[in-house]
Amino acid sequence: MKRIDAHNLKYKALNEQIRNAIFVENHDKVILDGVYGQYYIGCGIAKPVEIIINGVPGNDLGAFMEGPTIVVNEDAQDGIGNTMSSGEIIIHGNAGDVLGYSMRGGSIFVKGDVGYRACIHMKAYKEDISPTVVIGGCAGAFMGEYMAGGTLILLGLNRDKKRLTGHFVGTGMHGGAIFIRQSVDETLCSDEVLISQPDDKDMEKIIANVKKFCSIFDFDCDKIINDGFVKITPKSKRPYGNLYIPGP
Amino acid sequence: MADISKNKQYVSFLDDQKDSSGCGIFGIFQTNGELVDGNVVISAIDIMRDRGNGLGSGYAAYGIYPEFKNYYALHLMIDDDLSKRAVEDFLERRVMVAERSGIPTRGMKNRKRPMFFVYFVLPRAQGTKAESEYMSETDADEFINKLVFFINENINGAFVISSGKNMGVFKGIGYPDEIANFFRIERYKAFCWTAHNRFPTNTPGWWGGAHPFGLLDWTVVHNGEISSYGANKRYLEMHGYKCTQKTDTEVIVYLSDLIVRKHHVPIELLAKIFSAPFWEEIESMPQEQKKLYKALRIIYGRALLNGPFSILLTFKGGIMALNDRIKLRPLVVGKKNNTYYFSSEEAAIKYVCPNVEEIHSPDAGEPVIARLTDEAYNIYYGVEDEED
Repeated sequence: MKRIDAHNLKYKALNEQIRNAIFVENHDKVILDGVYGQYYIGCGIAKPVEIIINGVPGNDLGAFMEGPTIVVNEDAQDGIGNTMSSGEIIIHGNAGDVLGYSMRGGSIFVKGDVGYRACIHMKAYKEDISPTVVIGGCAGAFMGEYMAGGTLILLGLNRDKKRLTGHFVGTGMHGGAIFIRQSVDETLCSDEVLISQPDDKDMEKIIANVKKFCSIFDFDCDKIINDGFVKITPKSKRPYGNLYIPGP
Repeated sequence: MADISKNKQYVSFLDDQKDSSGCGIFGIFQTNGELVDGNVVISAIDIMRDRGNGLGSGYAAYGIYPEFKNYYALHLMIDDDLSKRAVEDFLERRVMVAERSGIPTRGMKNRKRPMFFVYFVLPRAQGTKAESEYMSETDADEFINKLVFFINENINGAFVISSGKNMGVFKGIGYPDEIANFFRIERYKAFCWTAHNRFPTNTPGWWGGAHPFGLLDWTVVHNGEISSYGANKRYLEMHGYKCTQKTDTEVIVYLSDLIVRKHHVPIELLAKIFSAPFWEEIESMPQEQKKLYKALRIIYGRALLNGPFSILLTFKGGIMALNDRIKLRPLVVGKKNNTYYFSSEEAAIKYVCPNVEEIHSPDAGEPVIARLTDEAYNIYYGVEDEED
């Protein structure tokens, strides 16, 4: 285990120290203290290590990473898990905009709220490589925009105090599935998606991920699952195929 | 229109290290008028150093000239002595200058830079009249507005970068810490600060093009780009505003001045003009509201700001933070007791106020407005009765 004091370190210097600790000194756990907005933490690291962050990490946390587990004990900023391939990111506070941007695998668990465009253009490869994002709080508008694959679970545990989602849910969505606890206001969803009830296979997936969410953040799992879920899926694999050229 | 050769302080992209992008903005506002040290805002914007690329940064500060609080503080950016003489000759005829001085600066290594001066002025009714006839406040604002546009448009090598009362803008080419060092920002205390770290994308990086942009008591710092610049600019030109700073952001300042100062539209509605609700949203509103928002979109359609932006707009005794209507740029607002914090990144707020409360990202097009209390407003802007 290695502790790094990130106070007043520029992002380049901090990331060099992290990589050095992981690849040269071969530590399997790195703890960062006093992080204030340094970008790209954990970026591109392809090794199953653990990175604990005390403070607010900067944009593109865990971008392109393959395997590490990142735990953020406070809020995090924009672009978390940008194009990440595998591994896990756990946020104990809120997250900013474009969470899971173009994410291709692995999972993200956020205890609190997330900003706009969560899981924009998230994608999957066949059956076995597929990302999962679980959001405990509420989300901003354009959730699941251009989503191409993977699973997004929105619990909205504070939905009695806040708006569950903004407008334009699933705009341009053409793959994957969004599950929302209880219900969703249909008028907030785009024309390109369908709302249905999850089947048994879906529920299996939901229960497994909610269980994990609850064990990380200490919530009552049965209560959440008993509330029921709705499923949002795209109507078409190519919603804009005829946007500029009139089709058949 | 000022042509490109009017100013010579361009720098080319020399630093090839940069790969990240997006301007950074930061603001602090004390509703009770308490003063905040310049060091606080410098360290906050410096946390977001990598959002800029050294081609512009700046600061706006309110409450910094208490001894001249009833005078317009003209911050002038001047290329050379010839331009300075031209400006002074012009001002001599048009305004009563109570005090003039250089803005205190430190040296700047290997960098061509303009000179900076501050003039505390009140308008004269007629330039040639010996006696000074004071005008009503609204007339005076209009007078100074015209004066600023005349200088910016016609006097070679001279620009008025801010012209409000008890406030000032400090800006130039460099990273935020370099500009802060140059202007000795740490020596000022203000109840309202905004700061900007620039990453110019489609307009030149020059001293006047750095943010904040100022006109009368307005200033704006902006992250993003105004795609509707052309439409906004033509609309402004119809109302006598000339765009002279070679960048999109200046239209925000001029539109605010036109719509709020001249048309008396409340600032809350200005936000709904800049980031207008979609027609579908308007259709689903209650009748009264529908009528209002429809009217705003029709009358001020050409003042709508299209494109991605997050801005901090400061005005006399207040500040407004606003996102574009689909929130394409980051903006975080935090509050602790009487202090509001505004930032592109949460980390910068937590750095200067670790135990900040009520931290959140406002929704698209939802303004966050903070104002001075009446008591504090009087301290900074109250007119002293001369007969006492």
